[in-house]
Amino acid sequence: MENNLQFLKEKVLLNQTAAFSKEIEEKLKILRHEKIIKPIIYVGASSCGLVAGAARTISAINDYLCEKQILADIIEVGCIGLCAEEPIVDIQLPGMSRISFKRMFSEDVANILDGVFNNTIASDNVLGQYRQKNLQAWDNVNYIDEVEFFAVQRRIVLEYNGFINPTSIENYIAYGGYRAFVKTIYHYTSNDVCKIVEKSELRGRGGSGFPAGKKWKIAHDTASDQRYLVCNANESDPGAFIDKSIIESNPHKLIEGMAIAAYAIGAGKAYIYIRNENTLAISRFKQAVEDAKAFGLLGENIFDSGFNLEIIIKKGPGAFVCGEETAMLSSIEGKRGMPRFRPPYPAERGLFGKPTIINNVETLCNIPYIMLNGPIWFGQIGTKSSKGSKVFTLSGKIKNNGIVEVEMGTNFEEIINKIGGGIKNGKHFKAMQLGGPSGCCITKENLSLKVDYEEIANYGAIMGSGGIVVMDQETCMVDITKYYIDFIQKESCGKCIPCREGTQRMLEILEKITKIPKDEASHQTLERFKGVMQLEKIAEVIKDTSLCGLGKTASNTFLSTLKWFRDEYEEHIFDRKCRAGVCKELRTFYIDVDKCTGCNACMRKCPETAIIGTVKYPHFIVESKCTGCGICFETCKFSAIFVK
Amino acid sequence: MADNIDEIIGKYSNAGRSDLLDALQEIQEFNGYLSEDAVVKLSKQFNLATTKIYGIASFYDQFRFVQYGKFHIKVCNGTACHLSDSKPVIKELEKLLRIKHGQTTRDAMFSLEEVPCLGSCGLSPVMSINNEYYAAVKTADIKDILESLKKSDS
Repeated sequence: MENNLQFLKEKVLLNQTAAFSKEIEEKLKILRHEKIIKPIIYVGASSCGLVAGAARTISAINDYLCEKQILADIIEVGCIGLCAEEPIVDIQLPGMSRISFKRMFSEDVANILDGVFNNTIASDNVLGQYRQKNLQAWDNVNYIDEVEFFAVQRRIVLEYNGFINPTSIENYIAYGGYRAFVKTIYHYTSNDVCKIVEKSELRGRGGSGFPAGKKWKIAHDTASDQRYLVCNANESDPGAFIDKSIIESNPHKLIEGMAIAAYAIGAGKAYIYIRNENTLAISRFKQAVEDAKAFGLLGENIFDSGFNLEIIIKKGPGAFVCGEETAMLSSIEGKRGMPRFRPPYPAERGLFGKPTIINNVETLCNIPYIMLNGPIWFGQIGTKSSKGSKVFTLSGKIKNNGIVEVEMGTNFEEIINKIGGGIKNGKHFKAMQLGGPSGCCITKENLSLKVDYEEIANYGAIMGSGGIVVMDQETCMVDITKYYIDFIQKESCGKCIPCREGTQRMLEILEKITKIPKDEASHQTLERFKGVMQLEKIAEVIKDTSLCGLGKTASNTFLSTLKWFRDEYEEHIFDRKCRAGVCKELRTFYIDVDKCTGCNACMRKCPETAIIGTVKYPHFIVESKCTGCGICFETCKFSAIFVK
Repeated sequence: MADNIDEIIGKYSNAGRSDLLDALQEIQEFNGYLSEDAVVKLSKQFNLATTKIYGIASFYDQFRFVQYGKFHIKVCNGTACHLSDSKPVIKELEKLLRIKHGQTTRDAMFSLEEVPCLGSCGLSPVMSINNEYYAAVKTADIKDILESLKKSDS
């Protein structure tokens, strides 16, 4: 162990030649687990895998190995991205390439392992095998990079996610990790690094897409005795789990990115603000920081370069608004997480009044590649205005739920249909929400839109953090808007009136139009129509007058669904119908006379006494009394009650 | 128990304002909630008014001022779960336990919490009880799940 670390430091990290000698290469092969003496079983054990039952799979594997008396190592790895097919288990036999299995639940373990150890893989669970040099490939097993989910992707940030051991610094270095950092501190001045990143045209992946290098330069040029780097991992919009997945699967890459960024701006202290709920990510990151410190890659006078860096983990106590940079700084300072006025921008005066750079996890994970391969290499990837790749999470009614990375310029149709595998259960695509609650919806006709900051902005949407939620015909656009507005209303910090009060009013109005009024005669109806007429105006006012990004984008979802699905809103308001059947209180129930046996059960349960009838004769629902609660529907044993 | 809170607070004797949230988190981790007693002690330590500390703590979703139940039920209401009908699951739980989310039953057996995303959108709707996950939950199963928990306890 001690020996390995010394070898990695002296022979690998400090050896900045392009090619290693054969002897070093051989030793690296062992550390990369390419040359092994006993089988290794890799289990995908990040959050998605664990929920799917990875822990039970691991104990089943252990039982199997004990029973058959096979000596093998089990290594817990991160998420490869295909969350829908978890638990994913890879097996590597000595001399053979690594082979990956999907949906390996505890009951499938014996069967699959029997197959692997007897060289007869005839299982439906095979995902594919990795293309590995010098190792013998399995016959009749497809390569994993040929699977459509992976074939269309361009993985830079996610390169080794789910492949390497996230808790082993040796493994990371053996795969080329920390070389960029060591190269940076030995060969470049902080000014050089800012210039290189600026030249690469890397844009912040957190949402707004501001050029990272430019921002660094501002902080670098501001005179101060202390500067700070803050990594924004407070990803809290529902439907996005990029940061969490990256940190769980490859924490050292983020540390390397943070270290380079801190060096570039001259920061001695770096914070990571990570959501408290992501316990696994926090513990893996903590462990990684400790390992890096023990290795000498963090701390005082790193590798005798004179550069000091301390990484501090701040657990975000759960507030969506803290994803906004100034609110995050307030929270780190121990105050309520409320945004401040800008300017001064944090790059000039941020945390504790010192110049501070706030970057997103994904942005920072791109840095090591740029430093290692140069800005020209990075500039070749992507489109004219957006370089590199972008990570997205796919969730909702899509087949391949998970986390994917594509080159900028890929269109969304490819992401949904090729990588995502289309819509679940043979339904049809209706729309996708890009960027969570602050985002916009993209309709079927606009799926040819390309992943590109400018193009998305021209369409009227924002890239956001990269959460894609897919909706099919069974999703009601009014309901989903209500859901997002409800979320923002709860998360609004309360500083500005338009956002605090406006979102509440919007929610009230939306709630009213998804409900049948009890009494048409009272002022309710008037209020309802007044509300509907004002809804769009409120949305515009919130957008124009809020201080921070959260408020400015609060009504985006509403405005975009109104633009593309106006007919659905009108249907809710005028016809009181929800075509998707989601808005429960708009449902009207009817009794099928042929099926009703007159058992009386629904009549007794109905809270509004809206059902009338005699025992043993078909019953009838009085439409004007029915509130659409659905209790009768759940009660009926003969499925005689139906929704129209 | 009180001794330990003192111990936790004692660790922050040289701390500044920026460590307040860490202290609150540590106390909550240990106690399960923030008691009045703890807030008062913290206010002395950090030289801040109790109202100020309460104001900060109540701003964030994480901090609670009531004890969790023996079984803490978290239901995911992320977008993916919302699309796969997580609301009826929450409604059913509220109906059976006779509490609203964020509350604890009077016998201190169950507490209910609606959480933004448990990170397993492929298996929605998801709920977790004392960190054991239940995937693709149906409203019809909830009664049985609660019954079996009650049984396992007695």
